[in-house]
Amino acid sequence: MTARTDKIDELAQRAAESDAGVSLAAAAWRRLRRNPVFLVGAGIVVLFVVLAILSPLLAAHDPADPMLGDQVVRARNEIPPPQPGHPLGGDQVGRDLLSRLLVGAQQTLLVGVLATLIGLAGGLVLGTLAGALSGWVDTVVMRAVDVMLSIPGLLLAVSIGALFAQPNQYTVILAVAIVQIPVFARLLRGSMLAQRHSDHVLAARALGVRQRAIVFRHMLPNSLGPVIVQATLVLAIAIIEAAGLSFLGLGNPDDRLPEWGQMLGQAQNVIDSHPQLAFWPAGCIIVVALGFTLVGESLREALDPKSRR
Amino acid sequence: MALLEVRDLSVVFRSRGHQRTGEQPVAAVDGVSFDVAPGQTVGLVGESGCGKSVTAMSIMGLLPKRGNQVTGSARFDGTELLSLSDRQMRDRRGRDLGMVFQDPLSSLNPVVPIGLQVTEVLERHQGTPRKQAAMEAAELLDKVGIPDPRRRLSEYPHQLSGGMRQRALIAIALACRPRLLIADEPTTALDVTIQAQILALLAELVRDTGTALIMITHDLGVVAGLCDEVNVLYAGRVVERAKRHDLFAAPRHPYTHGLLSSIPRLDSPRGERLVPIKGSVADNIPWQNGCAFAPRCPNAIDTCVEVTPEMAVDPLVSRRLLRCHNPVTATQREALT
Repeated sequence: MTARTDKIDELAQRAAESDAGVSLAAAAWRRLRRNPVFLVGAGIVVLFVVLAILSPLLAAHDPADPMLGDQVVRARNEIPPPQPGHPLGGDQVGRDLLSRLLVGAQQTLLVGVLATLIGLAGGLVLGTLAGALSGWVDTVVMRAVDVMLSIPGLLLAVSIGALFAQPNQYTVILAVAIVQIPVFARLLRGSMLAQRHSDHVLAARALGVRQRAIVFRHMLPNSLGPVIVQATLVLAIAIIEAAGLSFLGLGNPDDRLPEWGQMLGQAQNVIDSHPQLAFWPAGCIIVVALGFTLVGESLREALDPKSRR
Repeated sequence: MALLEVRDLSVVFRSRGHQRTGEQPVAAVDGVSFDVAPGQTVGLVGESGCGKSVTAMSIMGLLPKRGNQVTGSARFDGTELLSLSDRQMRDRRGRDLGMVFQDPLSSLNPVVPIGLQVTEVLERHQGTPRKQAAMEAAELLDKVGIPDPRRRLSEYPHQLSGGMRQRALIAIALACRPRLLIADEPTTALDVTIQAQILALLAELVRDTGTALIMITHDLGVVAGLCDEVNVLYAGRVVERAKRHDLFAAPRHPYTHGLLSSIPRLDSPRGERLVPIKGSVADNIPWQNGCAFAPRCPNAIDTCVEVTPEMAVDPLVSRRLLRCHNPVTATQREALT
């Protein structure tokens, strides 16, 4: 008898816990916490973000100082090998590779995050306009978006980047950001349209709620889920595209402030003899991009209504 | 004196380019008239597609402008609702006219706490300051029987049970004390026990506040419990109108009779078969060529497919309007039940 009441108490407890979430976000978080894919992705992202933030402290040497320059022998194509104090050795002009990678993490992540945020902001404005106003505004915005989407992302970013006479890290950010705008705009417009015909929007209209409040309080907040997921996926793409631009020489020409894509670009001259110069920055790009992708995919899964209880 | 007078209300759906394709516009509502007085509950009853929801939506001004042609008249306290501008109509909705929808979960904004959804209406129509609105919201939730209303204010729709959600929706619809409430199948998505509670709540609110209530339902049980007067709709037209007791005691239109005999009854003899209405709404003929119900009607006579029946006072039972050439007689009812 007591065993049974205990069992009932336990079940009630569990039911209470499973419904104790304050919001949809809390419920999604509970699912995420148990997802190994998310844990791996988040681990990678957190690790690199911490490294990037602490890089001025962690980097043992000035990334711009060719302190191992005396070990570079151009005639024999020799660069500094790994040695005490320089675990990854030096680059082709004798700067400490590990320090450059660490400081490069800061630059690369900054470019990725800023480009994503700017793209997200632009996409939110255009998507909200198109989704809320419909009619000719929708048509004009969406046709422009279609034109931009019809050009492959990296190609478009390169074209935009090439428009600037003096490329620097901000032109890279801008070029990558502009490419992401149509992606966000289209996604947001789609989910806004679905919201427009939803029951709760109809109910809000039946209460005489003003159009502005319907858009910003009822349609937009309910449309953001997929956009947030997309943002994490776009972060990975933005990092790769920014690295691509730097690799092609459309990035910051000043190599005193290292960036992974730029390091990779400079390594291509010596890739036959010294593949490690390409291996490290390329590996970092791949791992960070993978981290963001894993987080994005698991977020998508967690927020997907179909996977909810 | 009626609060709402609906006269000859018609809604025609036009698909885009119907003139090119030669497609006939569909009349979803076809000359519906009825009155609702303060404190009165009027039922609109019929099966899916008979036009009952479209009637409500057109009175509320919620039908999309494009593709719908609304004609006729809906006078609310002397004001013609159908000729009001969008802005004027928006000011009326939620303040004078409230509406409760069928599915309480999807009719609440999932990302906004219940409290804010109640105060939103108060702020919108009465300019109530936020703090005071929150107090009023708690009172409203209490009034519709939500326990511990203060705590509920900060909860999200998915944390409430189905019955609670519908109570919350009713609280929101009644927040500004509208004089007319339209309930569109408010109990369809709920358990039977909860249904009874919600109906009791609506009846109580109508009694206490003198709100006029239009009850849209396909459920004759709901009608039996709540409505003073019942309009039975078929294919966009009212086919029978009677006081609740008269209707249940002696249905005259074969469609009403069919609806009633397709419900199982506790007091019917064991082993008796239910009598369903044959066919579906798809079998209708247009009202212009006779009675739309004729193809499914057990009482159909030749006149039914030739002459369109008009709404007229029932020759046998006064106080009742009927649109039928060959109504169900007492002897027929005896034979069936």
